Amino acid sequence: MLRDEDRIFQNIYGFEGAGLTSAKGRGDWDNTAELIKKGRDWVIEEVKASGLRGRGGAGFPTGLKWSFMPKESDGRPHYLVVNADESEPGTCKDRDIMRHEPHKLLEGCLLAGFAMGAHACYIYVRGEFIREREALQRAVDEAYEAGLLGKNAAGSGWDYDIYVHHGAGAYICGEETALIESLEGKKGQPRLKPPFPANMGLYGCPTTVNNVESIAVAPTICRRGGSWFAGLGREGNTGTKLFCISGHVNNPCNVEEEMGIPLKELLEKHAGGVRGGWDNLLAVIPGGSSVPLLPKEICDTVLMDFDSLKDVQSGLGTAAVIVMDKSTDIIKAIARISHFYKHESCGQCTPCREGTGWMWRVLERMAAGRAQAKEIDMLLQVTKQIEGHTICALGDAAAWPVQGLIRHFRPVIEERLANGPMQEAAE
Amino acid sequence: MSDNLKVTVDGIEVEVEAGTTIMQACEKAGAEIPRFCYHERLSVAGNCRMCLVEVENAPKPVASCAMPVAPDMVVSTTSDTVKTAREGVMEFLLINHPLDCPICDQGGECDLQDQALGFGGDASRFEDNKRAVENKNMGPLVKTIMTRCIHCTRCVRFAQEVSGVPEIGAIGRGEDMEITTYLEASLDSEMSGNVIDLCPVGALTSRPYAFTARPWELRKTETIDVMDALGSNIRVDMRGREAMRIMPRNHDDVNEEWLSDKSRFVWDGLNKQRLDRAFIRRDGKLVPASWDEAFDLVESKLNGKGNKTAAIAGDLVCAEGQFALKGLMDALESPHVDCRQDGAKISGPRGNYLFNASIAGIEEAGALLLIGSNPRLEAPVLNARIRKRYLAGDFPIAAIGEATNLTYETEFIGAGADTLADLLAGKQSFADTLKSAANPMIIVGQGALTRDDGAAVLASAIELAEKTGASFNMLHTAAARVAGLDLGLLPGDGGFDVAAMQEAAHSGALENIILYGADEIAGASLGNAFVVYIGSHGDRGAHRADVILPSAAYTEKQATYVNTEGRAQMTEQAATPPGEAREDWKIFRALSARLDITLPYDNLNALRAAMYESAPHLARLDEIVVADAPQTPSHDGLGTDAFTYAVSDFYFTNPIARASTIMADCAKAKGARIGAEGTGTDG
Repeated sequence: MLRDEDRIFQNIYGFEGAGLTSAKGRGDWDNTAELIKKGRDWVIEEVKASGLRGRGGAGFPTGLKWSFMPKESDGRPHYLVVNADESEPGTCKDRDIMRHEPHKLLEGCLLAGFAMGAHACYIYVRGEFIREREALQRAVDEAYEAGLLGKNAAGSGWDYDIYVHHGAGAYICGEETALIESLEGKKGQPRLKPPFPANMGLYGCPTTVNNVESIAVAPTICRRGGSWFAGLGREGNTGTKLFCISGHVNNPCNVEEEMGIPLKELLEKHAGGVRGGWDNLLAVIPGGSSVPLLPKEICDTVLMDFDSLKDVQSGLGTAAVIVMDKSTDIIKAIARISHFYKHESCGQCTPCREGTGWMWRVLERMAAGRAQAKEIDMLLQVTKQIEGHTICALGDAAAWPVQGLIRHFRPVIEERLANGPMQEAAE
Repeated sequence: MSDNLKVTVDGIEVEVEAGTTIMQACEKAGAEIPRFCYHERLSVAGNCRMCLVEVENAPKPVASCAMPVAPDMVVSTTSDTVKTAREGVMEFLLINHPLDCPICDQGGECDLQDQALGFGGDASRFEDNKRAVENKNMGPLVKTIMTRCIHCTRCVRFAQEVSGVPEIGAIGRGEDMEITTYLEASLDSEMSGNVIDLCPVGALTSRPYAFTARPWELRKTETIDVMDALGSNIRVDMRGREAMRIMPRNHDDVNEEWLSDKSRFVWDGLNKQRLDRAFIRRDGKLVPASWDEAFDLVESKLNGKGNKTAAIAGDLVCAEGQFALKGLMDALESPHVDCRQDGAKISGPRGNYLFNASIAGIEEAGALLLIGSNPRLEAPVLNARIRKRYLAGDFPIAAIGEATNLTYETEFIGAGADTLADLLAGKQSFADTLKSAANPMIIVGQGALTRDDGAAVLASAIELAEKTGASFNMLHTAAARVAGLDLGLLPGDGGFDVAAMQEAAHSGALENIILYGADEIAGASLGNAFVVYIGSHGDRGAHRADVILPSAAYTEKQATYVNTEGRAQMTEQAATPPGEAREDWKIFRALSARLDITLPYDNLNALRAAMYESAPHLARLDEIVVADAPQTPSHDGLGTDAFTYAVSDFYFTNPIARASTIMADCAKAKGARIGAEGTGTDG
């Protein structure tokens, strides 16, 4: 279990104030200029050494991502864009960072922006996050007033501006290129890659898009050293992570824990255990609605990090742990998730546009028992036809939960269909 | 070349330039890649996912239309992965696509049909209800059946990129995404018909052509358009002797693969208001007559009155006809010939009246000055080329004339000839912009030349071109004009031009006027002259005529036209002229025999041989023969009046368009649109 002194987000529950004074009391903005004076490469090297992997879901090494930005500007400005469009169902970590620890994010923006040669940063806040945007804006205003942002930010000699942009509430705008399109004032539809944002991003300029949490942990990593962060968790899956535990637990919560904590320990230590006891557990979606669920047998032993979860054909995603006990209608639950993806598909690519609706309709019928047994295999095939065939990962995200359902709960579906009206009619 | 890359496609090694896409490399290797959203003249969307191929070491299939090749890439277009991917995408496209092929106008020329057959699976597995989408109103030209839409967004990209009228878009998300014009109105574009060709399915089809024919029952003739002076390459589809539709053909240097709405939809005008027999005026009324009777009358009026006879060639007539007319007038010893019925003051060497930089040359230009020209209405497809250049960036454009939306950013630096004088005097900074740009262009429109000071405008424009190092380009509006000028259909020594002819007709100095397809001259202005009209449509010229000799329209003869850049092209005969109408040159040849001044050719080949002797470049089809450098013509002083544009009623510029009810519908829709914009409350 993570020791208190290793906790990065000391105020994630908002027991202290979110203002600059109390943030400073927690060590934020402590001699930031000193860190910047160590140079661009030093910052990137520290983040690389920490082994930090992107906290937005894909788990791409953050330091490596920063190093993709051109070393010298070719005349175009560089941009840092912070993805605060936290929309993955089950996820609510960035929200609490913005509400209670906004200065960690802002300081991280300055450090990250400096490391990639950017003088401007856009924070794209999810449309539904009204109060969060206000909290963040308050913090930005405070920071400007205290000289921590703007010209010669924090006395570092680096000019830095942060703009808070409010989205309109579309899940797809959490995809980095759709987010850039939306920031530019266009319809939020993912762009083709290549060119990658590091080369042609916002307004055609080199851009890096990072998750709120990835940026917010950067100052602490720089201060305490990459090796400290790397010393937590296990190799390739280092550091601490905010887990968002929801669903059928006694005490749903956000909690910062060490990477690689066993799922069972996470739920029992921090969330008061599964409602009705561990044996009442049906399944867990370990990383937000887009990753395949895990049945209880796997939950018994699995560790919560990128690679362990990948090994059991799921993923850490955003670390939004959705717990379902035995009272759950698992088919209905996945059908609801399917509806979400059908609703949020941007409509650009054929497989996702047409396939998400198809999957949802079949699942709805399956939940009601109104399907034929052969449709299970067909549904699985449809998920495979979507997965990997689209511009962005929304197609994959829509396919995986359904694949997880069929992989682990096929007998449940078969049983439902066997007792359903279609079967009776067939007989 | 050193930056060539080796790529292996299905085991075949090809060498391609760096930056080419996998799709292009595959095509080079002879592998067919199915696609819907990809179109080589539009930006890459990559959304249909039909062109997926397998690339070695790539984790998932790759959209070949969007991905550039990498060195030593190994691509497979035939693997099981690719086959499954295609079948999957095809299945998705079809689940919500109606199975209404038997009543769909796209049937037989539908990409979806073809590719479903070639790359799709065999049976449908989708058991739920198909999506239904409400149709959208896109005006009189484009019929929509939006349930058929596969969301390739070609039409959206065309509207935004090529036509520059961003009035088509996609609203809604996911499976609720719909293509719409937002306001349910026809597109405010002169090129909207192209979305019909672009649409790979039957969602956007031709409204006038709806349910009239199937593609396999049409006879297709490849020919040249005459609705503007561009010489767009077209294909006329006929059933029997009736034109059913007109489609563009690809010509990279002329119209790419676009066509203006007038050129595309004028076909019903070819079947209406036709002059299919001779008429003579008796007791003030035109009555049908035989060719003999008509010729008798003409002979009686023209005999011995050669120098009291004038001829005007119209806008749609061919080079062969004009050459024969010129031959006839020469034989009559009349110097009163003019091919500039609008009165444009054009004279001088060939460089004075050509679009010297060439149409494709626009893409090389570095700056552009428009003088009294509204290319959007005068030549919409050429305007699209200017827009293409504009989108490539770094292309300052200025115009002298009334401010209007040309679909690209234009600085209107003045209204009239005084601005031209300022430019020449160095009092206007755009002259410097031209001077400092690479390949600057000046385009002069007919509106600037038909005025009293037209010659001075022409001279000033040529002078300005010389001063700034810009190319001098004239944009014509009449398809016949360049050939007419090439063949010297201009007043000879002591000859009258069109304006003088009209005066002379009133004063009695002229007794006979031959109108060869000239319909833009007010009948009353010809006084009491005896008027012979030779043409295809019962329009203004025919109404004034004392004798009508029916001739062929542009689709009914094999004839030469020279476009505004001096490119000679030959039309092909798609149909025979209706009734007793005859090919133009034959009429002049027969008339000459009646007048005992028989023209020295008995067939088209002999005529052409003679014509090529007088204008050799006409023989060099589809070539641009470099013209003599422009020379400043003699002129009086520049006026100060504002320029007016040559084309105001885009849909009614010639007799065929005026006969077309489709064009009338377009004009009505446009009028309604302008009205709606006026109130601003009824949208």
